[in-house]
Amino acid sequence: MKPDNKRTGASVAMRQVVKAFGENVVLNKLDLDVDPGEVVVIIGPSGSGKTTILRVIMTLERIDEGTIEIDGRHLYHEQKNGVLTPASEKHIRSVRSDISMVFQHFNLFPHMSARENVMLAPMKVKGMTEDEADVQAQELLNKVGLGDKLDHRPSELSGGQKQRVAIARSLAMEPKVMLFDEVTSALDPELVGEVLTVLRELAASGEMTMMMVTHEMGFASEMADRVLMFDRGQILEQGPPDKLFKDPDHERTKTFLRAVLSH
Amino acid sequence: MTRWDWDYAWEITPGLIQGMLTTILATLLGITVAVILGLFLAIGRRSDRKWISYPLAWIIEFIRSTPLLIQLFFLFYALPLITFIPEPIRFLSPLTALVVGLGVHYACYCSEAYRAGINSVDKGQWEASTSLNLKMTTTWRSVILPQAIPRALPPLGNYFVGMFKDAPQGSAITVAGVLFVARALQSADFRTVEPYTIAGILFLIVSIPAAIFVRSLERRTFYET
Repeated sequence: MKPDNKRTGASVAMRQVVKAFGENVVLNKLDLDVDPGEVVVIIGPSGSGKTTILRVIMTLERIDEGTIEIDGRHLYHEQKNGVLTPASEKHIRSVRSDISMVFQHFNLFPHMSARENVMLAPMKVKGMTEDEADVQAQELLNKVGLGDKLDHRPSELSGGQKQRVAIARSLAMEPKVMLFDEVTSALDPELVGEVLTVLRELAASGEMTMMMVTHEMGFASEMADRVLMFDRGQILEQGPPDKLFKDPDHERTKTFLRAVLSH
Repeated sequence: MTRWDWDYAWEITPGLIQGMLTTILATLLGITVAVILGLFLAIGRRSDRKWISYPLAWIIEFIRSTPLLIQLFFLFYALPLITFIPEPIRFLSPLTALVVGLGVHYACYCSEAYRAGINSVDKGQWEASTSLNLKMTTTWRSVILPQAIPRALPPLGNYFVGMFKDAPQGSAITVAGVLFVARALQSADFRTVEPYTIAGILFLIVSIPAAIFVRSLERRTFYET
């Protein structure tokens, strides 16, 4: 129960989460707690499994062991007579409605205009009327600075514009947890800024929990409440950006940061 | 050698056109069955439930590996002998048997065309749909199929033309299509050249515009991701 009506995002609690692809253990008994409204940035070498953290929360990959709770509700399990049992798809869908993800490669629906991309899920999932969804889509696309691109197809938009449509599309579902998977990595350098501007506004609003995998260290140090250094399926160390970037405890973190910041 | 008899040719043309209309009707009904059934076969084959996907894959392979003619014979002559099948399904009219035979046979090919189209849709489209919490039916109807079906259209169009050329095989199960009429004229009047020539011309009159239509489908531009 929240003390006021303001949306503040949901908590995320991962307990002893294991995810392996064949022999390759990508998440190795991971414990991670994220507070409602917190902005968490996950960094780490490529192949360290940081994207997999987001993907198991989004249910794009199913976990092998452990539990994940969103806002205190189990994502992959249901309580039956006091026993935790694997959840039905229906239950997973119900918990998943609090979560949305933005992807590195946008994954916009290419056969729909920007407006239709944003309208689809609210109409089909939330049962909004076309008019309501249209009003909301225009609001959101205005918010991300694309009020003049409503009827453009993704193929007519730049990378930065596509990513902003994708963010608006996720926002339309009013998620309490938003996951950002290297959302600026596929963009030309000059287009990164416009996407970061949108993310900054979202982070500053505190309306939702944000978990991001990114290589934008500047953004991380400015906006993150906490930075996680992820390596070999585990959190190597974590802390406020000031501490982690300026005075990391682990040699591996130092090496990684040096490598990332030097180019 | 007999020579070409114009009077005879004009006399038999209406009957051959009548036969051609039956052939066209069988093709139109058959392709309707094939594109709808084929879509469900393609979706079913992708199911996570192995008790759906495995038998479907096997049935499709089986049907694709046997000639249409044998399937038509089976539907028309063998099915009535299988006594535990309810009568309305057992005793098919010649045209119904032809439509079912063409439809099911080509549905298996169509399903492969759909499958290729579905597989060509980027995996990210499925992931975005999950991330928006779309239901599986919404994902198929609003996201995947609108992208997959345009890509399947060119091969589907080719199957349409192919089915039109296969439809005269219905004469083997007494469907009075154009070839059946030609053959009947041949045995009644002992004339071969006129009936088959006119039948051939009728085929060209229909299939050339159909082929042009199919080519125009192939020139369609596809969505860029």
